Amino acid sequence: MSEIFKPNTTEQLIDVIQWANAHESALAVQGSGSKIGIGRPVDAEGILDLSGFSGISQYEPNELVLTAGAGTPLADIETLLTEHRQMLAFEPPDYSGVFHDHLSEKQSSSSQKKGTLGGVLSGNISGPRRFYAGAARDHFLGFRAVSGRGDPFKSGGRVVKNVTGFDLSKLMAGSWGTLAACWEVTVKVLPMPEKTRTLLLFGLSDEDASRCIGSAAATPNSISGASYLPASLFTRSPQSSASSVFANNPQSSVIALRVEGPEPSVEHRINALRELLTTSKNYARPNHVEVLNSTDSRVFWNEIGNLHFLSSDFQASNTQQQACWRLSVPPAVGWQVAHNITEKVFKSNPKVSWFSDQAGGLIWLSCPVNSPAGAPTKNSEHSIRSAMEPWGGHATLWQVTGGDNAADHRRNTQVFQPQPKALAALTQRVKRSFDPNGVLNPGRMYTGL
Amino acid sequence: MEMPAAEATILNQREALITDLRSLLPADRIVIDQPSLRAYDRDALTAYRQLPLLVVLPDTVAEVSQILALCNRRNIKVVARGAGTSLSGGALPLEDGVLLSLGRFNKVLDIDYDNRCVTAQSGVTNLSISDAVADQNFYYAPDPSSQIACTIGGNVAENSGGVHCLKYGMTTNNILGLEMVLMDGTVIRLGGQHLDSEGYDLLGLLTGSEGLLGVITEVTVRILPRPEVARAVLLGFDNNEDAGQVVGNIIANGIIPAGLEMMDKFIIAASEDYCHAGYPLDVEALLIVELDGNPVEVDHLINQVVDIAKAGASTSVQVSNSEAERLRFWLGRKSAFPALGSLSPDYLCMDGTIPRSQLPDVLRRISALGVHHGLRVANVFHAGDGNLHPLIMYDSNIPGELEIAEAFGADILRLCVEVGGVLTGEHGIGVEKRDLMGVIFDQGDLNQQMRVKCAFDPEGRLNPGKVFPTLHRCAELGHMHVHNGELPFPELPRL
Ligand SMILES: Cc1cc2nc3c(=O)[nH]c(=O)nc-3n(C[C@H](O)[C@H](O)[C@H](O)COP(=O)(O)OP(=O)(O)OC[C@H]3O[C@@H](n4cnc5c(N)ncnc54)[C@H](O)[C@@H]3O)c2cc1C
Repeated sequence: MSEIFKPNTTEQLIDVIQWANAHESALAVQGSGSKIGIGRPVDAEGILDLSGFSGISQYEPNELVLTAGAGTPLADIETLLTEHRQMLAFEPPDYSGVFHDHLSEKQSSSSQKKGTLGGVLSGNISGPRRFYAGAARDHFLGFRAVSGRGDPFKSGGRVVKNVTGFDLSKLMAGSWGTLAACWEVTVKVLPMPEKTRTLLLFGLSDEDASRCIGSAAATPNSISGASYLPASLFTRSPQSSASSVFANNPQSSVIALRVEGPEPSVEHRINALRELLTTSKNYARPNHVEVLNSTDSRVFWNEIGNLHFLSSDFQASNTQQQACWRLSVPPAVGWQVAHNITEKVFKSNPKVSWFSDQAGGLIWLSCPVNSPAGAPTKNSEHSIRSAMEPWGGHATLWQVTGGDNAADHRRNTQVFQPQPKALAALTQRVKRSFDPNGVLNPGRMYTGL
Repeated sequence: MEMPAAEATILNQREALITDLRSLLPADRIVIDQPSLRAYDRDALTAYRQLPLLVVLPDTVAEVSQILALCNRRNIKVVARGAGTSLSGGALPLEDGVLLSLGRFNKVLDIDYDNRCVTAQSGVTNLSISDAVADQNFYYAPDPSSQIACTIGGNVAENSGGVHCLKYGMTTNNILGLEMVLMDGTVIRLGGQHLDSEGYDLLGLLTGSEGLLGVITEVTVRILPRPEVARAVLLGFDNNEDAGQVVGNIIANGIIPAGLEMMDKFIIAASEDYCHAGYPLDVEALLIVELDGNPVEVDHLINQVVDIAKAGASTSVQVSNSEAERLRFWLGRKSAFPALGSLSPDYLCMDGTIPRSQLPDVLRRISALGVHHGLRVANVFHAGDGNLHPLIMYDSNIPGELEIAEAFGADILRLCVEVGGVLTGEHGIGVEKRDLMGVIFDQGDLNQQMRVKCAFDPEGRLNPGKVFPTLHRCAELGHMHVHNGELPFPELPRL
């Protein structure tokens, strides 16, 4: 049973990390633990729980910045921002409705389930608005932390425009707690859009849908969400609860395009898109078109960001191991990557499903952990990555559920895209520059890092 | 500003180095004669000049790699240079350093409209990327005023912005991938045409690293469809407070303009004299608020801005009704630098960022500092994101005046930090603000940054003398105090 350290002051945080260095002990770093299932499992003697660094210390709506303890629940931050009609524009998702294997009773019932601000930043986890408004990293202005060496340091600031010194916030975002323990973070916030509309186009083929989304994205209509749910998804997927239009068009593919802003602008853009996309000669006509209002749009885009449409594959009752992969690819080829994997790797196995987000550039894939019989390797990771190779991009094993040894599967898989040798060596040197003894989250990202 | 003393061991190797380089590059791409070297003796921080040891002009990545590996072996310093428009001395040569010019890396390699990105060699100018995609109505959003000249590699190295970065972000928010060469010659590619390069975000780290981590040879940028229209509002105010208040109110109303620029009385008069943009002369401050998007949205937001301005004590309100009129509003702002150039032999352009709410107070204190130092100062700035550009006028022919101007500049930057801001919003630290790093960072903060530098360049050969007041040796930075291993806080909460 590992020991849990829960420092409340920087001095205590420094002590814990220095102690770990002196004892050559590893620490698993966590906020609320909502994302423990992502990445490789960490074998650590101690748990460094940062939830003691909680609370919003500075929020000036007119400056569009917010500073808070890294362990502050996202839910608290979103509540406060909503009161001022502002938001975290990178739209941090909540995966707790889909992946619940690792959540304790307490977590899944509390405001902790969506995780902490520090956690979402350290994973650089963003939602559907990412391709338009930027990722978590783009909104991460500065932080205070204690490095793996046990030294306190800070970087960045409280202003958006800042090139004073190296941008270590970028390094922290996406480092999954392997470099330093952040205890205070500053983020940029943005006004909530006045109105939101979502244009739904039903019935296109995967290829046509990709063309359609591409032509929408090439217009100056500032689309802030562009997702595609293929017909194949709906053989098992739960329906959207946004609107009955989904139930009325069962088993039909759907393209969703979101437009946000002041009311007259939103109406104008939705009409322009509708006109353009339903009359184009570059692809077949959609068999049904619908527009969701602001409320329904909110429900729908949460479902996209939170992976609702894959949730039936990851029910707690499933005993079969199922993997969720996140594939980041050039947007125009997303659908081809998905086809390559579903057809060539998994031979159209009905247990495989996918949908795309980020105008085609992000494929969420649900599939069995093992390759089909006859494949050269048992673990499907290699086949998935080689199926992507022609187009570039990267694949992350986002989650494995089902059975007791889901964590073992993650341990034995290169969860993050393996790096070319020179880049891996540089990555290792960067890690050592913060954490020379490897005390913070060893192995979370790569074996030996 | 002192540069690190030239190392005799490097100066003595010059001939041998030239011989080695001749085996890598044709003679006409190794610049060694004084008159030709003079073209490279400074960047746009013109107060500082230094002839480099020599200049090399590689045109392939393999050549860059071989040159760096050679210099690394010989322990010779290297400074990368794009167009040399840095305002902070980032591209200032070193007497004992090779200047590596990316001038020949001038090709756009790939335009991909389907994936909405362009891949270019690092020496391609910022504007030529937008030009290359203009016929399809796309553009590259970050638009530094130097965009005709500055290179995309230099933009990445400085994380450059422009008047439109309030809405569209800085360089770091608009790039997808790059190729770089480390000091030991290793070639590394980061990202690609997809979002969010995986592993540590080295792409983000490289952006704004001022040529200290690697030499960038190729960049992939995102391109955006050009907005259908842009319109601007020109607002006059009796005092800076009122102008600052309106800036805050626009943002507070949820409007993020494409550009939100402010000019003080001095700049208004100077640019009006210089280019006759038709600015009102009876105001203390002018704001240019630009909205872009579709015509319906722009008209709607223009009306809102006008209402906010009127409610906020604006003394004059002009709305552009044609593209010509919009450009006229910008003419004065864009001529601010040459206009000052015609009024003062020299000026220093400062670049601090402050929280927006501090604008009026900071402006007041800047003019007080001007009185104190006995120098004139004019202010243009990116008001929307609190990025100030105070322009300090001085005459380098008057002995001691540069030093006074620098002291004044340092006071302004200290003031920015004091009110919660930072030393530089877009021009970089370079040599200019190097010695002020201690105002904002303590030694622990700087040490961690330098340790990161060590991961890329353990001998500190790439652009030394820039950014860090003193570059410590990596072995020293790596040293750790091992504690006795007892937890001195026995009361530490454990669960
Ligand atoms: C009139 C004027 C207006 C300006 N307006 C703006 C503005 O609006 N916004 C703004 O942000 N800046 C502005 N600048 C500053 C300057 O143009 C930018 O910093 C620009 O990005 C520098 O690009 P460059 O190619 O000239 O780089 P250089 O000046 O050659 O180099 C700048 C730094 O980058 C490094 N570097 C250059 N190329 C590479 C490379 N390929 N690999 C690694 N390191 C490299 C150099 O070592 C140096 O440290 C302005 C400058 C002038 C003179």
